[in-house]
Amino acid sequence: MAMPVEGDFRTRLQVWLPKLVLSPSLAMALVFVYGFILFTFYLSFSDSRILPSFGWVGLENYLKLFRLRHWETAVTNMGVFALLYMVICTAVGLALAIFFDQKIRGEGVLRPIYLYPMALSFIVTGTAWKWMLDPGIGIENTMHALGWESFAFDWIKNREYAIYTVVLAAVWQTSGFVMAMFLAGLRGIDNEILKAAQIDGASNWNLYWRIIIPQLRPAFLSAFVILAHLAIKTYDLVIALTGGGPGRATELPATFMYSYTFTRNQMGIGAASATIMLMTIAAIMVPYLYSELRDRR
Amino acid sequence: MKNRKTGIAGLIAATSLAAGAATAADVEVLHWWTSGGEAAALNVLKQDLESQGIGWLDMPVAGGGGEQAMTVLRARVTAGNAPTAVQMLGFDILDWAKQGALADLNEIAAQEGWDAVVPGALQAFAKHDGKWISAPVNVHSTNWVWANKAVLDANGIAVPQTWEEFMAAVNALAAAGVTPIAHGGQAWQEATVFDAVVMSTGGPDLYKAAFIDLDEEALGSDAMQEAFDRMAFIRANVDENFSGRDWNLATAMVINGEAGFQMMGDWAKGEFLNAGKMPGTDFLCFRFPGTQDQVTFNADQFAMFDQGGTVSKEQAALASAILSPSFQSAFNVVKGSVPARTDVSDADFDDCGKQGMKDLAAAASSGNLFGSMAHGHASPASVRNAIYDVVTAHFNGEFDSATAVQELVDAVSIAK
Repeated sequence: MAMPVEGDFRTRLQVWLPKLVLSPSLAMALVFVYGFILFTFYLSFSDSRILPSFGWVGLENYLKLFRLRHWETAVTNMGVFALLYMVICTAVGLALAIFFDQKIRGEGVLRPIYLYPMALSFIVTGTAWKWMLDPGIGIENTMHALGWESFAFDWIKNREYAIYTVVLAAVWQTSGFVMAMFLAGLRGIDNEILKAAQIDGASNWNLYWRIIIPQLRPAFLSAFVILAHLAIKTYDLVIALTGGGPGRATELPATFMYSYTFTRNQMGIGAASATIMLMTIAAIMVPYLYSELRDRR
Repeated sequence: MKNRKTGIAGLIAATSLAAGAATAADVEVLHWWTSGGEAAALNVLKQDLESQGIGWLDMPVAGGGGEQAMTVLRARVTAGNAPTAVQMLGFDILDWAKQGALADLNEIAAQEGWDAVVPGALQAFAKHDGKWISAPVNVHSTNWVWANKAVLDANGIAVPQTWEEFMAAVNALAAAGVTPIAHGGQAWQEATVFDAVVMSTGGPDLYKAAFIDLDEEALGSDAMQEAFDRMAFIRANVDENFSGRDWNLATAMVINGEAGFQMMGDWAKGEFLNAGKMPGTDFLCFRFPGTQDQVTFNADQFAMFDQGGTVSKEQAALASAILSPSFQSAFNVVKGSVPARTDVSDADFDDCGKQGMKDLAAAASSGNLFGSMAHGHASPASVRNAIYDVVTAHFNGEFDSATAVQELVDAVSIAK
């Protein structure tokens, strides 16, 4: 009589326990992530200035946002930065991984050297690069001191080129990490296939281009997802490296959103820009993830 | 709209009642005076209160200009736990007053006769709806030029009185191979210079119409375009490496004789004094050419947050201590600014300080005292930053003066 009841209780507990354990984190994610996304979405239609407020103003914030030259600059910079950052990081990371895959000596020492920048915070990277790129104290100054007087490298002070210095610092920071992901992918490729290809007389170039790189598709997916989200949330690097300057030349949507929401008392416009950022990233990521993940089913 | 205001006021009142009971006889003060000299100056106030048996809960949030401090404050108020007193600037005070968050200090103000001694232009930021809501600590004026006397003397330059004389002086320095103007390329520094340039180009009328009344015609006027042209002249006479430089590094260039002039507020004086330089013999301070009669100011104040409808004894003591002549003198001698009341003795101040006090009193009585746009005392934060965007973009060569004027009109209309 007692046994079935206990068994019943156990089975029920076993069914319920995982849900019970997961529910607090689920509830927190619902409120603090999705709840606040909805709240921000609502605020973007409100007349919020210094604190959240609930007067409905319709699309006014969005109309204002798209009239701002400042926002235009931020969006253009995002395009330039994200494209160059993702492409260069992937290319450099893949190249490094392929070089490491040639069974070189001392790999154990060399690999952490490339991986190490990822352990630094973007603030450190930004500050260090700021000093190096500063014409008055950095590379240019050193070259002049060494006697190369005509050397000029003042991109960080130049409105047109400053955004490329952000790309430079960001690539330096992350390409080692991308290399590690590709290296893991390369090591996972079945040797039998490679041997078969070699027996068939495939050149090294063909081996990589036709056989190995196509097999790295999952690694490309991970790299893309990680780089894309790093690109769109880049904030600290810009703050440390250029402070958004010269002028407003290196503002990104993230710095724009923060300054409008928290320091310029234009919370409505800030919320509108956050919504646009979310929409943009969703528009790129959702189709890509869908197409990539569907294949595996 | 109305619901929100009363809601927040209620929230603040309710929680501060609870908090007030727990920390009776303490004042919790949120401020961003964390550098050595500033902290020492604030200590004067702290000791004054401690002698009256009032504890001081220090809550410093570093970051010049107080951006981080304001972010902290927002979080504290939203959480319903506002500090007793908060260091604040200009429109931030009025914005909080509009939310109904600040205490009414009229009683103490009447007792001590604040109305008679605090300049009217400053009262505009310390009073809301006829009620005193904060206690002004100091007045910084922003239309100063700092010059290295040895550099000027070596090039035979007298203190320029007009824009034309200033241009001639700058050209002479450039010809002599000295960087004429030390400048730090940060938006607020460019805006500080722009303040003085607009005042000098179009006089107080243009300044008031454009930055305080936000009149579109004034913002888009030919005089404004001329002001942008003058900014371009200044841009042409700074060194190549100015972008992103902090203001004190620019001051150091003047101190070391690498540059002739710097346009900066009176806080720059502290850098000269720390370097062991004497006003009048090593360095000169004078008003931006063409603004000799005007003073553009920003003032630090301590706003008192409402503690359940009444002003607590501690808040009254704090406010009274802040406005006492002895503290005003002691603090401002250290800080480089001038007292917020015009009846304080100038005996302890140096030459630049004495001139600053004289200029302030004269400007206040002749109606030539104006809040600084660059420092949030002419228009609200949103408008100020919109003007920053245009000024800094123009200064960095993104567009010419004619476009800058159109952009200015447009940017202000969006931010208003």
